[in-house]
Amino acid sequence: MMALFWICTAILILTAIGVVASRHPVHSVIALIVNFSALAVMFLMLNAEFLAMIQIIIYAGAILVLFLFVITLLTIGTGPVESGPSRLAFQAVPSIVSGIVALALLASGVRTASAAAPPEAPADFGLVGSFGMQLLTTHLFAFEVTGFVLLIAVLGVVLMAARKELRF
Amino acid sequence: MPGVPLADYLAVASALFAVGVIGFLLRRNPITMLMAIELMWNAGNLAFAAFARTFVDFSGQIFVFIVVTVAAAEAAIALAIVVMVFRRRRDVDVDEISELRG
Repeated sequence: MMALFWICTAILILTAIGVVASRHPVHSVIALIVNFSALAVMFLMLNAEFLAMIQIIIYAGAILVLFLFVITLLTIGTGPVESGPSRLAFQAVPSIVSGIVALALLASGVRTASAAAPPEAPADFGLVGSFGMQLLTTHLFAFEVTGFVLLIAVLGVVLMAARKELRF
Repeated sequence: MPGVPLADYLAVASALFAVGVIGFLLRRNPITMLMAIELMWNAGNLAFAAFARTFVDFSGQIFVFIVVTVAAAEAAIALAIVVMVFRRRRDVDVDEISELRG
């Protein structure tokens, strides 16, 4: 369990750095797919089977395919985006400093977290059946609001990306 | 089989979040910046799932489900905005997009 955890941690951190550091966005997407797969393994270790499934299907499947399509459509016959020098002088230094500050703030909170092994979970914790039962009974309102959020997003994207003659 | 303690998961989530912050501030390609945002969403999701497991409470997992949905909506809308900007000016470097500056 511990070995699997640290392997996943190494993959997560390395691919996250790969996403941020690679020059070509397609390489970033590939690194992100590996990152999301390792995160799905983490979810499995946390007794969250359903979350591991939607991590693979929605994130690694749907969202990253969307990214790939946009990259494909946008980069036909154009040069790399970050070719010229940055307008913001010394952009790297404050970026990395603020990242380290964020890490220090989070780490100061993590230090107070429990270092004991978690208690035993019931057998059906995180399985699709019990998850769906919880989602459609206790958390029904959140579920309905989620549908509304997706509806608004679809309407917004269609309005923005549609051709001119479709616009009203 | 002893489980991994909460603190370890939170440390991993913190590191992922910090990498996302650095990537968002460092890069000028809006698509890569969006991917850094996705990294930060996922760091939050990992923390939620770890808390749900530690306190054996479904609410954290439900919250991850909601966050994934909102992240999908955000990615779709943000990519549509990127496509629109690209149509207008054939260039998507965020440093060059300054039409809204007053």
